[in-house]
Amino acid sequence: MTDSLPQRPAKPVLTAGDSSAPLTVEKTRSQWADVWDQFKTHKGAVFGLGFLIFITLFVTVGPMIWGVDPGKLDIRNKDVRPIYIALMDSNAKVSWANPMGTDNLGRDIMANIMQGGRISLAVGWTAMILTLFLGTTIGVLAGYFRRLDGILMRFTDLVLALPLLPLLLVMMLLFRDPLRAAFGPENGIFILIVVGIGITSWMHTARIVRGDVMALKEREFVLAARSIGTPARRMITRHLLPNVLSPIMVSATLGLATAIITESALSFLGLGFPSDFPTWGKILFDSVDRMTSFPERVIWPGLAISLTVLSVNYIGDGLRDALDPRIRGL
Amino acid sequence: MLTYTFRRVLISIPTLLFIAFVIFMLLELAPGDPMASMPLTIPPEIRQEMRLALGLGEPWYVRFPLWLRQFFVVEPQYWIDNAFGTNFADGAQRIISFQSRSPVFDTIAQRMPQTLWVVGMSYVVGVLIALPIGIISAYRQYSVFDQAGTFVSMIGFSVPPFFSGVLLIVIFSVQLKWLPSIYDTTHVVDDWNSFIFQLKQMIMPVMVLALQTTAQVSRYMRASMLDNLGQDYVRTARAKGMSESVVVMKHVVRNSMIPVVTVIALGIPSIFGGAIITEQIFKVNGLGQLLIIALQGSDIPMVMTITFLLAVLIVMMNLIADILYGILDPRIRYD
Repeated sequence: MTDSLPQRPAKPVLTAGDSSAPLTVEKTRSQWADVWDQFKTHKGAVFGLGFLIFITLFVTVGPMIWGVDPGKLDIRNKDVRPIYIALMDSNAKVSWANPMGTDNLGRDIMANIMQGGRISLAVGWTAMILTLFLGTTIGVLAGYFRRLDGILMRFTDLVLALPLLPLLLVMMLLFRDPLRAAFGPENGIFILIVVGIGITSWMHTARIVRGDVMALKEREFVLAARSIGTPARRMITRHLLPNVLSPIMVSATLGLATAIITESALSFLGLGFPSDFPTWGKILFDSVDRMTSFPERVIWPGLAISLTVLSVNYIGDGLRDALDPRIRGL
Repeated sequence: MLTYTFRRVLISIPTLLFIAFVIFMLLELAPGDPMASMPLTIPPEIRQEMRLALGLGEPWYVRFPLWLRQFFVVEPQYWIDNAFGTNFADGAQRIISFQSRSPVFDTIAQRMPQTLWVVGMSYVVGVLIALPIGIISAYRQYSVFDQAGTFVSMIGFSVPPFFSGVLLIVIFSVQLKWLPSIYDTTHVVDDWNSFIFQLKQMIMPVMVLALQTTAQVSRYMRASMLDNLGQDYVRTARAKGMSESVVVMKHVVRNSMIPVVTVIALGIPSIFGGAIITEQIFKVNGLGQLLIIALQGSDIPMVMTITFLLAVLIVMMNLIADILYGILDPRIRYD
């Protein structure tokens, strides 16, 4: 990398020995520094990363600062409108104690959005990690071991031919009660949703990883590693996995976006978390009946979902460019 | 080509059987009891008899082949009987819904037109919007139009239908009062005014679903156009002195359409999945809503049949996409 790009201006100058013979050596740049430099040139991706960090802080640190219990009922202060309504309508019921307003039971909406975001993001990240794990495992196994390839890819094709959303709904309905009994109401549903999303969305990752592994397997460095007797296990972890990292990272962003949307869709159809347990999709679903009088209640959670997914998609776009060595460094 | 088609059709039969088996076994594991909504005063032995009457007494290896026979033999016989007045079915047992006690396919046939109208129309609209956007975006790459197109398709990917639909209702029904928020399926079009009303109530659901389609198809069209614009044959066409419109519309677009046509075919099943949510928002009583109601009522035959029909659609569209690709692109030869 260092000597292949001589035209790049050498940034730090190392002087070797005494100052009479200044020897300029470009400091070794790690691959990730290059990736980061390229990533920074993609404006949307930087905005996306900024928003994702903001929303993550908002839902994790936010409740500590805001400190209002999202479940606390305050029936006297019900149906408070958000604070900006006061600008248009001076008679509206607003209060600085509830800047985003309260719902029909007097629960503070901002605290609910924070709490709901925690769950939605937690489901998104966990489901994404599970998806990646399943997809990478199946992809690597199919790509590396020729004997497994046929059967694993047939299986992938079969799963792709299943109608996934209806089956996910069926799974939610069937396994809700047993899991709730086994792990408690919140954890049971959490496990169910994460596993449900995980086992219905690993196929694309598996296909991409398989293709890349098959191409890598024919390269000389793999032959070299094999010639010194590297066992298959180490071959995969040391030589193949690091090289398929970039497609995995790009599909990770896609997976996170799909997982957040799927979770909200399930909650929206009334098949997600129980009703006293807010997630963004659940808050949206609960507010739809009264959106004629209180449109802001559907807009807050909807905006949160859409902006988070939009920023994740932009990060994915930027990562795809940044991780592609043909584009990087131009 | 013909042998390939034949082989693919043969392969899709075990695929479909396997899918039917997966769905059947998933429902078989259901702890949800279809008798749960019956009054608690029914004595246990009567309850057991009612279960038997629903056909739940036999083990799965007896019921699964029976279901297959009903789906693939008995139901088509009834269709033929209805169409030609014959009597092949001879009073055989049809697939009966647990909830309504009427044949599942009758209910599906009632619900199908609403879904087809909304979903089909939205797909056509989405594709018609997407193609020009993709073509212009690619032709003027990195222009303002291209940037805007990229942004719109990013929005289409990111804004889930249950938010875009609700947002449209808030803006156009609640604030502006232009469009009705509920889709009235009993509405009959018989004159100009009722036609206008039908148009009005279709705009929002169609646009919500079309946004998703547009986002996807326009991206594919743009990428495919960009691949082709750099090819040598384009330079040759320009060198021959052809006008720019002929080069783009006749040479590049035609070639770029080849992969896009398959993408369009492959997208049809997923739009039916998306319709489940959109029907819920606009209260369209189509197939998606039927599925949700059946799920909530543990109506196993109904859920099984609708889900399997969707699977058939997916397998069929995969098949059509592959065959179309072979027909349209002379470089692809499957044999």
